[in-house]
Amino acid sequence: MTTEAPRLTIVTGGDTASRVARKRVMSVIAHVLLIGASILMLYPLLWMLSASFRPESEIFTSNSLIPTSVSLHGYISGWFGLTRTFDLFFLNSFIVSILCVIGNLAACSLTAFAFARLEFFGKNFWFALMLGTLMLPYQVVLIPQYVLFLKLGWVNSFLPLVVPKYLAVDAFFIFLMVQFFRGIPRELDEAAMMDGCSPWRIYRKIMLPLSLPVMTTAGIFTFIFTWDDFFAPLIYLNDLKTYTVTLALRTFVDSTAESNWGGLFAMSILSLLPIFVLFLFFQRLLIEGIATTGMKR
Amino acid sequence: MTARSLGADAAPSGRAVVPSVWSRLWSANGPGYLFLIPWFIGFFGLTVGPIITSLYLSFTDFDLLTPANWVGADNYIRMFTADPKFFQSMRVTLLFVLFSVPLKLAFALAVALLLNRGMRGLPIYRAIFYLPSLLGASVAIAVLWRTLFAGDGVINDFLAVFGIQGPSWISNPRYSLWTLIILAVWQFGSPMIIFLAGLRQVPVDLYEAASLDGASKWRIFWKVTLPLLTPVVFFNAIIQTIEGFKSFTPAFIISGGTGNPVNSTLFYTLYLYQEAFAFFRMGYASALAWVLLAIVAIFTSISFLTSRFWVHYDD
Repeated sequence: MTTEAPRLTIVTGGDTASRVARKRVMSVIAHVLLIGASILMLYPLLWMLSASFRPESEIFTSNSLIPTSVSLHGYISGWFGLTRTFDLFFLNSFIVSILCVIGNLAACSLTAFAFARLEFFGKNFWFALMLGTLMLPYQVVLIPQYVLFLKLGWVNSFLPLVVPKYLAVDAFFIFLMVQFFRGIPRELDEAAMMDGCSPWRIYRKIMLPLSLPVMTTAGIFTFIFTWDDFFAPLIYLNDLKTYTVTLALRTFVDSTAESNWGGLFAMSILSLLPIFVLFLFFQRLLIEGIATTGMKR
Repeated sequence: MTARSLGADAAPSGRAVVPSVWSRLWSANGPGYLFLIPWFIGFFGLTVGPIITSLYLSFTDFDLLTPANWVGADNYIRMFTADPKFFQSMRVTLLFVLFSVPLKLAFALAVALLLNRGMRGLPIYRAIFYLPSLLGASVAIAVLWRTLFAGDGVINDFLAVFGIQGPSWISNPRYSLWTLIILAVWQFGSPMIIFLAGLRQVPVDLYEAASLDGASKWRIFWKVTLPLLTPVVFFNAIIQTIEGFKSFTPAFIISGGTGNPVNSTLFYTLYLYQEAFAFFRMGYASALAWVLLAIVAIFTSISFLTSRFWVHYDD
């Protein structure tokens, strides 16, 4: 009874003993439902994890989550499964993701600072336009952007994936930061302004240090979105040595999967690992980020 | 005049001003615009410019290799009169959105309500249910789904325990789209978290008042909780619908980039990709993109227009 939060206590009358018993039963039923649902939700992931450690011959013969014999065959054959090894693809993905995180944080925070704290002619107009781009389907700008990057000679390099982040194209993160900046007491920058601080110094010395939570949230989400991104690498990277992990996995599916399931699952698991680690360490921050902003994932 | 006016659009206020008009204009507006330089470059160079270009290209036969020729509304006419794949991809995408979004939201709300009872272990359950949302968009998960729902996959092994002979979900056009819908519903975690946050905002005294009046839990849900939660339902529905229209990776990976079997998983985005980057019909693909923009805009405005009839905002 003490475990129940009081807020949903519903007074229905009747004697207390039977009420307590009923609540107990309800609580047990709820837990059974939730545990069942949890198993159902996690089963696919655990199945793949387990399959990645099975010898090739056993992958489809048993659906038990505990492999009868553990084999690293999948990880080794997968790592060397393409003409380039997976360390290159992981390195590529890391480079792209880190560069995107830096760009997104820098450019979006500059933009957000201007919208949240500075006064200038036409501010509301530009802010509305910025919010308007939130709804814009990416496909509408896709082809001209592709032609532009092609003409600049950027295809087959990381530039088309990375440079846009330095130009604050991700309106969502700008909005996220504007909301956060607005919560920082204005007295701080007004006092600094009185002392003759330039806007740049206010941004550098007051806003950024106070914005660690929102910066971390935005940084982690940028990393995950970029790490996962499949579409942009698919159209901009054609040369195997520039492939990111997602693209390499797709090539794996197309070329060798039928003969090397273990390798495919092993590399799939490894590709999820960085996201999973971030999830473990920053779970609360991620969940708060979603709860307060309605992040799409 | 107001010498102290620091307003954004402070007009130059006449002869008495010692600093020049320009320096005043600069000090009132300059820093803001300086901070916005990266955004302006991106906004005009990567958004506004491309939007205009893409509208223009949609009236041409641009193929990337030869200069674009103006063809008038031919692309749009062809789309609506002579392109069964366009209608098919539209149908697939609409079916996907119409089934996956309500199912996803229903699951999200049901689990959120269950968790909101003050369950012990809430953070663990929440994390478990959220994990698929976080991982779900990746190629690895699409690969996994392709395997689970194969004819000899885990799902059918499971069904066989109950004596059911499952079909080959992935390669049967009757079921292939459903595997993608199930994949989307599996990722109900993030709307669930938003629902949980919304449920926490419902004032406790409302529940108490309702239960003192002898209302059943079921009635309380329909008459108190749900009406108060409608803004969150609305928000989730909009976000998930837009996401649904944009979905690409799972269909691409599961169908090997083809949208097969028999175009049953040919998402609109996938068709657009094929036209643009497999056949280099970039003019036509631009037209497809503009139709997508129109559809998303229509969907969103209908949602907003109808929202005042069912979304409850505090007075």
